[in-house]
Amino acid sequence: MNTLRPPTRRTLVRGLAAGAASLAFARPSIAQARTRIVVIGGGFGGTACARALKRNDPKLDVTLIEPNRTFMACPLSNEVIAGLREIGAQQFGYEKLAAEGIHVAAQAASTVDHQARTVVLADESLIRYDRLVLSPGIDFRYEALPGYDEAASASLPHAWKAGEQTLLLRRQLEAMKDGGTVIIAVPANPARCPPAPYERASLIAHYLKAHKPRSKVLILDAKDTFSQQRLFENAWAELYPGLIERIALSQGGRVTSVDTKTRKIVTEFGDYTADVINIIPPQKAGRISEIAGAADKTGWCPIDPATFASKLLPNVHVIGDACLGGGIPKSASAASAQGKACAAVIASQLAGNTPEPPRLTGVCYNTVAPDYAFSLAGNYQPKDDIFAEVEGGATSPVNAPIEERKREAEKAKAWFTEITADSFG
Amino acid sequence: MAKALINVPAKARRGDVIEIKALTSHIMETGYRHTAAGEIVPRDIITSFTCRFNGAELFRADFFPAIAANPYLSFFMIANDSGKFDFEWIGDHGFSTTASASLSVVE
Repeated sequence: MNTLRPPTRRTLVRGLAAGAASLAFARPSIAQARTRIVVIGGGFGGTACARALKRNDPKLDVTLIEPNRTFMACPLSNEVIAGLREIGAQQFGYEKLAAEGIHVAAQAASTVDHQARTVVLADESLIRYDRLVLSPGIDFRYEALPGYDEAASASLPHAWKAGEQTLLLRRQLEAMKDGGTVIIAVPANPARCPPAPYERASLIAHYLKAHKPRSKVLILDAKDTFSQQRLFENAWAELYPGLIERIALSQGGRVTSVDTKTRKIVTEFGDYTADVINIIPPQKAGRISEIAGAADKTGWCPIDPATFASKLLPNVHVIGDACLGGGIPKSASAASAQGKACAAVIASQLAGNTPEPPRLTGVCYNTVAPDYAFSLAGNYQPKDDIFAEVEGGATSPVNAPIEERKREAEKAKAWFTEITADSFG
Repeated sequence: MAKALINVPAKARRGDVIEIKALTSHIMETGYRHTAAGEIVPRDIITSFTCRFNGAELFRADFFPAIAANPYLSFFMIANDSGKFDFEWIGDHGFSTTASASLSVVE
C-alpha cells in the first residue's frame, strides 16, 4: 500500500512544503493582537499597498518604513532636467497616510529577520510583522560598471533617482557651452522605466535646440532595440533632426567602464567623452532585498506572480521595480497597480480565502516635447513564474496627427496628478 | 556590406596579453522560423569567422543557427611581434566581409 511505503525524498519535501504553506497563511489566532503588516519603501508601490490595506480593513496595523520625509517622483522628472518643470512639482509628503492611521517610520530598515518576523530600523528599534511587503525600488550595481560609483555621480550624474541628481544634471546642461555634446549611457534591461532614457534624450534635445542649437546628444546604448522605438525615432526626425545620435549595442554602444578623472567613457568598440555625461548604471533591487535574502543571483526578487509572495522568504511579498516581473515594465504605474493587487491578495489570504490571480494594467507616457507625447498601455496576468502581457494593450499609432500627440501630453500630466493623488493625496 | 567592428590595442609591450574584440552586424536567421503564411524563413547565418595575424591563423570559429544576431567575439593573444590582423566572416548566400587592424609592439 502506498501509505505504508517509507516516504521518498519527493513526498517528504512535498509534505514539508505543505506544512510551511499552512503555517505561512495561517490566520492569526483570535487571542492575538491586530494583524501587523509592515511595508518597506514609500514609493508608488509601497504607498498604494499600505493605503489599500488600511482602507480595506481599518483594524489592520499598517506600518510604512521610509527614510525620506519627502518623496521625489521620477515620472516627469526628465522635464525638470530640461528646465520645463520645477523640482517642487515632484515632491510629495506622507502626512495624509499618517492621518489615515498608517504608522510612518521615517527611517531606513537595516535588517530583516524572516524567522523572528522582525525588521530592525537604523535607530535599532524593532518592528514585528505578520506579513512584510518589500517595495524598495532599485539600487545601482556599481560593480557592473568599473570606474563608476556614488562618488563619481557627483560629476557624472545618473539622475536615475529623482532629487539632487536631477538638479545637478540640469545645472550641468545650463552651464554647458553651445556646441557641446551630452552623452547618455543606457544600461541593458531589466532596468527602471525602460523608455525613460529616450524620453530624456528627447527633452534634452528640446532644451539644446532652444538654447544651444549647435550642441548634440549622443546615446551610448547597451541595447539594440527599445520600447516604442519607432515613435521615438520618428519624433527625433521630426522635432530634432541631427541633434540625437544613438550608438546601439551591435554598433559597439555598451559602456564597459568610466574614468572620472579624464571623463573617458569606454565602450566595447571605442572611447568617448563629452561636456555633460549622464551615466545610467546597471541596476538591481533596492538594497534591503539583498539584506533580507529576498533577492537571487540576478539581483532581483523572484516572486509567485499570483500572490507577489517571495519565492525565497515566507510571509514576505515583493512588489514594484524590485520584483522579477517578467513582461511588466518597471514603472510607477506598474508599481502602483502591484501595490493595490498585493493588498487585495493579503486581505483575501488573511480572511482565509484563495485570492484571485491579479490582472494588472500599466501605462507609460513619454513626453518628447512640451506638446508632444505618446504612450504604451499594457495588461498583464500571471503566467508560470512571471507576468505575461495579455491582449487589450495599446501603443500610440506611429502616424498620429499632431493634435493627438498634444492630447497625449495633456493626458500624461493628468495621469501624474492621478497617480500621485492615489499614493500621497 | 555588413559593418564590422574591431577593437585591438594599437600598441602593446612585448609579452603583454591583449584582448581582441570583433563584431559584425548580421541577422543570424536560424532557418527554423515560419512566416505568418506558414513558409519557412530561409536560413541566413554566418558560418565561419577567421582571424589571421601576419598571415598565420590566430583564431577560428564555426557558427551555427543557435548563435545570436550580431555575433560578438572576444579572445586573447600574447603580443610578441608587431603586425597586422586580418578578420574574415563568411556565411550563407555568399556573405563575406573583412576588416583589418595593426598592432605595434614596443619593448
